Amino acid sequence: MIPKLMHSIAIPAPRVQASRRQFLIGAVATATGLAVGFRTLGAVSAAANETAGENAHAFSPYLTIDSSGKVTVLSSQFEMGQGSYHGLATLVAEELEADFSTIDVQGAAGNVQAYGNVAFGGAIQGTGGSTSMMTSWERYRNAGAAARTMLVAAAAAEWNVPAAKISVERGIIKHPSGRQGGFGDFAAKAAAMPVPSEVVLKQPSGWTLIGNADLKRYDSAGKTNGTEQYTIDVKLPGLLTAVMIHPPVFGGTVKSFDATEAKKLPGVVDVVEIPRGVAVVGEHMWAALKGRDAVTVEWDESGAEKRSTGELAQMYRDLAAEPPAAMAREDGDADAAFAGAANVLEATFEFPYLAHAALEPLNAVARKNADGTVEVWGGHQFPDVYQALTAEIAEVTPDKVHLHVMKAGGSFGRRAVADGDVVVEAVHIAKALGFRAPVKVQWTREDDMRAGRYRPAYAHAIKAGLDEAGNLVAWSNHIVGQSIMSGTIMEGMVQNGVDPTSVEGAVHLPYAIPNLKVGLTTTQAGVPPLWWRAVGSTHTAFVVEVFMDEIAEAAGRDPIEYRLSMMEPDSRHATILKMVAEKSGWDTPAAEGRFRGVSVAESFGSVVAQVAEVSVDSRGGIKVERVVAAVDCGVAINPDQIRAQVEGGIGFGLGAILEEEITLTEGQVDQGNYDLYTPLRIDAMPEVEVHILASANPPSGIGEPGVPPIGPAVANAAYKALGKRIRVMPFAKSLDAR
Amino acid sequence: MVTVTINGTQHTVEAEADMPLLWVIRDLVGLTGTKFGCGMALCGACTVFVDGVPMRSCQTFIGDIEGQAVTTIEGLDGKVAETVQAVWVDMDVPQCGYCQSGQIMSATDLLTTNPKPTDDDIDAAMSGNLCRCATYQRIRAGIHEAAKRLEA
Repeated sequence: MIPKLMHSIAIPAPRVQASRRQFLIGAVATATGLAVGFRTLGAVSAAANETAGENAHAFSPYLTIDSSGKVTVLSSQFEMGQGSYHGLATLVAEELEADFSTIDVQGAAGNVQAYGNVAFGGAIQGTGGSTSMMTSWERYRNAGAAARTMLVAAAAAEWNVPAAKISVERGIIKHPSGRQGGFGDFAAKAAAMPVPSEVVLKQPSGWTLIGNADLKRYDSAGKTNGTEQYTIDVKLPGLLTAVMIHPPVFGGTVKSFDATEAKKLPGVVDVVEIPRGVAVVGEHMWAALKGRDAVTVEWDESGAEKRSTGELAQMYRDLAAEPPAAMAREDGDADAAFAGAANVLEATFEFPYLAHAALEPLNAVARKNADGTVEVWGGHQFPDVYQALTAEIAEVTPDKVHLHVMKAGGSFGRRAVADGDVVVEAVHIAKALGFRAPVKVQWTREDDMRAGRYRPAYAHAIKAGLDEAGNLVAWSNHIVGQSIMSGTIMEGMVQNGVDPTSVEGAVHLPYAIPNLKVGLTTTQAGVPPLWWRAVGSTHTAFVVEVFMDEIAEAAGRDPIEYRLSMMEPDSRHATILKMVAEKSGWDTPAAEGRFRGVSVAESFGSVVAQVAEVSVDSRGGIKVERVVAAVDCGVAINPDQIRAQVEGGIGFGLGAILEEEITLTEGQVDQGNYDLYTPLRIDAMPEVEVHILASANPPSGIGEPGVPPIGPAVANAAYKALGKRIRVMPFAKSLDAR
Repeated sequence: MVTVTINGTQHTVEAEADMPLLWVIRDLVGLTGTKFGCGMALCGACTVFVDGVPMRSCQTFIGDIEGQAVTTIEGLDGKVAETVQAVWVDMDVPQCGYCQSGQIMSATDLLTTNPKPTDDDIDAAMSGNLCRCATYQRIRAGIHEAAKRLEA
């Protein structure tokens, strides 16, 4: 079902030009208007589409317009807070010339030909790798332009005037004669118009929405009055709520369970075993939770991961000191260059497991209908995978599975999981109940935090060789950690023993280093890993940029000037680094008691540099006061949302390096809630200033690229403040150990 | 059976005394704007007012508040709350939005009791409300902006 070879959701995807086939636009009449979207070859007209029953994928909409003039965008990209829906609405409305206030967006799934992610090669629908704007840039603007063309054609026919004389502005179709109408007046008639085979997109100079910093998010109101709907809010007649009892250690399985007492409790409906554990089903959440407390489970832990964090960390340190198992890159002759170097620097860095810890604990809702169809509501970040898994469990064909893509209360990668964890649970539980009622499975915070799928722990051994003049002539980086993709449907991405998500950010450096080697040793551990906002660059950028600071210091050079000396002068990296230097006032001394650090990192096609300004708090810890960021993410579709993503990315990344870590004691996760796993709170949030480079390049990522630079920028500033290099994450651990 | 007044409407629900108010509101009364985040009063997503006082509904038990008046995000009204909500939209504070009901409840309470909060006041009042999207910069700016608008 899922192609073995596809682009990872985690790799900074090349700007793939989609084939023309993927941009073919079709249209159909709906009950009240027009739908414009993807069509396969042959299904050219509305009539042809209606008879295309044997080919269910002949048409899938990118937008609909109803008789009231309301425009609904059907998004291939999942919304988890990052603003993808708003971005797609902007693209459609720009070309459609719609009134932005009438736009709504809904998640779409079920036709990979229409919704497959262009940045992943189009072979799978998915949201990740900060590709939402990249994959939608052509597709959704084309759909908007085609719909506008058809609306104009319908008006021209109705008014018996040339289409060229008709203009469209903010949802109003106008003719110089004074005739005008709304989209709703022409939506149905437009569906009978020829579908344009080609559309001409607006020139940037004509954009009114793209690049408009004052365009407010279309969905803020519902997020301030309690009406926004997430998976946890799904209501269905007879809906039951299930909570899970997962194995206490990874790899544990149910040996037996006793639910006798639980079943006596009011509101407890059933207790069932499924492959991932035991589910307690109640009339509501509290009943299920009370029931869960009364269930006893005996576990088989014979195949489980029982090691503790200390043991794993020692293994990683030991492996880092050995030669790597695989090479990700080799340039020149690093060994010879080290032998001839005047000065060699070496360091080891350590990173813990990290939890996504999104505010909405994982959940999903499953229901089987009398007609044999199965519906699943959830934060479907990997819809094709969940459709296939649901079909398999429910024993129906995939076309009988309908996914409702809900907005999620955060994800940060957590809802894109190859084994479909919580989705699979919902379907299994519904099935175990004989599909007699719809079921919502709702994890508690503890379930969510202890279920694995962490940013893997890593160790890096890194070494640099400098010549007499302080030039960087040799570089060696050995990365040790688990593979995210091995053993999953993404296995095919692992080539020559190198999972690209383990080494991204370490392999392609913006610095010209003549002799370089980057190696990888992939470890085996029973703790399930996953992509976590910014994936590999969360650790690789830290190592590269902190070590670069050490090297600059050893060379007696300014950290920015030294970096620039190794970059192509007009490169995106050099431009952004110079921009952050200027905007942060790098050349002027920091205020009394303030210390600055810099970093630059490319991830997901975008380049971000940050200067962090820190002070030392009364307990000798680091307080980050201010961060100045410079961003090149291609054309800035929604400048204020770009700022929001960088502000949030900085807060997200900062929390991680300051305090977050998941640790194990004999295989059990120590942290269960926000008391021991402590994301950033408002009192530690620095003042953030974001500067966006004007660019005509196609859009690249922005949901993640704000994250990687913050750690190293703060660590470099902290070194100035404390005189100590922080190489073991989180900072709290390094600073406590002083 | 327990009787509780939520947003001015009296509800009689079948709940034992130890049932958290959060689940009464969400699962028995059917108001979903109040969110579940942690269940241990650590994240603030479930913040409601009980007789005007902000409480974490996940750790407030229905048997302890019988006869008291509960206000959720859906029932929030008055000049302060409406100003906070308007500012949140104008400044595009929310990202995923899941924590924002709680943020708005806490911000409304802060501005009601302290019309001109300093940054330190905001830190003290809002640090119990976690936002994993880290929209804190805009929450802080939003509270200052709301204070300004309310003063005018």
